[in-house]
Amino acid sequence: MKIIETSKVNIYYGTNHVLKDINMDIKENTVTAFIGPSGCGKSTFLRSFNRMNDYIDGFRKEGEILINGKEIYKKNVRVEELRQEVGMVFQKPNPFPKSIFENVAYGLRIRGEKNKKTIESRVEKSLKQAALWTEVKDILHKPALSLSGGQQQRLCIARTLAVKPSIILMDEPASALDPISTAKIEELIAELKENYTIVVVTHNMHQAARISDRTAFFYLGDLIEYEKTKDLFTNPKIKQTENYITGRFG
Amino acid sequence: MLNLEAELQALNDNLMEMLDLVTSQLIKCRKALVKSDLDAASEVCSAEKRVNALELAIDKDCENILALYNPVATDLRFVISSLKIGNDLERIGDNANVLAKFLSSAIQKKEKKFAEKFNLEVMLDAAIDMLGDMSKAVKERDTELARKTIKKDVILNDHGKAALEVATELIKDNPDETKQVLRLFSVTRRIERIGDLIKNLGEEVVFHVEAKVIKHKKSK
Repeated sequence: MKIIETSKVNIYYGTNHVLKDINMDIKENTVTAFIGPSGCGKSTFLRSFNRMNDYIDGFRKEGEILINGKEIYKKNVRVEELRQEVGMVFQKPNPFPKSIFENVAYGLRIRGEKNKKTIESRVEKSLKQAALWTEVKDILHKPALSLSGGQQQRLCIARTLAVKPSIILMDEPASALDPISTAKIEELIAELKENYTIVVVTHNMHQAARISDRTAFFYLGDLIEYEKTKDLFTNPKIKQTENYITGRFG
Repeated sequence: MLNLEAELQALNDNLMEMLDLVTSQLIKCRKALVKSDLDAASEVCSAEKRVNALELAIDKDCENILALYNPVATDLRFVISSLKIGNDLERIGDNANVLAKFLSSAIQKKEKKFAEKFNLEVMLDAAIDMLGDMSKAVKERDTELARKTIKKDVILNDHGKAALEVATELIKDNPDETKQVLRLFSVTRRIERIGDLIKNLGEEVVFHVEAKVIKHKKSK
């Protein structure tokens, strides 16, 4: 079932036309990777799914972006609610300067959850889902910033999971991590796919190949090719895609 | 030039050298057969070491490229097909070597009695023609020529079938010469096998260039 549907999406920053007529459907419980050279529009497109571009100067969007069948740019849509539904994990881990526990509980608290047991159980479940529980269960009240980079990134994923999103957007989630932490994040993405829909922007094409079901290649604001990942990396249909993935232009 | 491109070029160079070397082995086998040229037969055998070394070099090139560059798409297909082509060329070289050894022994013992009946020269001509065209197809990545050449394998297969009839008749008529007849028959099998291996090269060209798998399929 389609969870994200975009139709003729154009995005502008002032006079800069950064995305051109993008049509894309993303099915639920899949991992979709966006690849392309810097400035191709892949991050802008990802961030448009939870309206992270709204406050960028000159931002303008045309076309439709539907999540669960509803246009998310309608005036009556509450952005805070949208971002609970569509969570986001950034390139650099950005835990709050609070305890591990409070980082994960934060989203629940601002949503008005006051029941201690509910919060505790939700924190534990989210940390387990983010494959971090066994490492932090005895130090939940230590500062989140005392964790390693890889652990901090998994904590940020746990924080996102705590508010029960259906979609998780990841903007280069492993680019600041060492290979072991990267492998853990990749493994985690594969596990999370069972319950969530994941969209990842990555500059690491081999990571895209390893973790995603479908891959979209963007170039200069155009969606050049959107295919099953296995097909795109073994036999791309478009020459530009082939040139990019084989490193012949960037 | 990208580092990967330089590595792919080095792999390609080894592949081309191996193709030329194995082709020259077959041509020398023919010379040994037609002109009873012992030197030509001996040159085929001495080229065997270089053929083996090139196969190992190609294996190593492929291993390095896969480990260090994680190639995708056409580059990945080129590496995979090069591995298989290197292996098939080595086996063609092996068969040429066995053939040259047989010819060398037959020339020395002057045992050429039944060779004509088995059409060895015609078979070798067909194999050389096939390998020449297939080398061109590999070098120029010409899938049309590869497909056309694959179809020529039927010529060698027909000769192979006929050889069985010839051998049966000869053994019946010359029971004392059974050993020599069987040796000649096994040589025809070697040349027929060379045809099969050349066919494999064509299948790899199509896989590399068109990303299509045509082996084990009736319609190529």
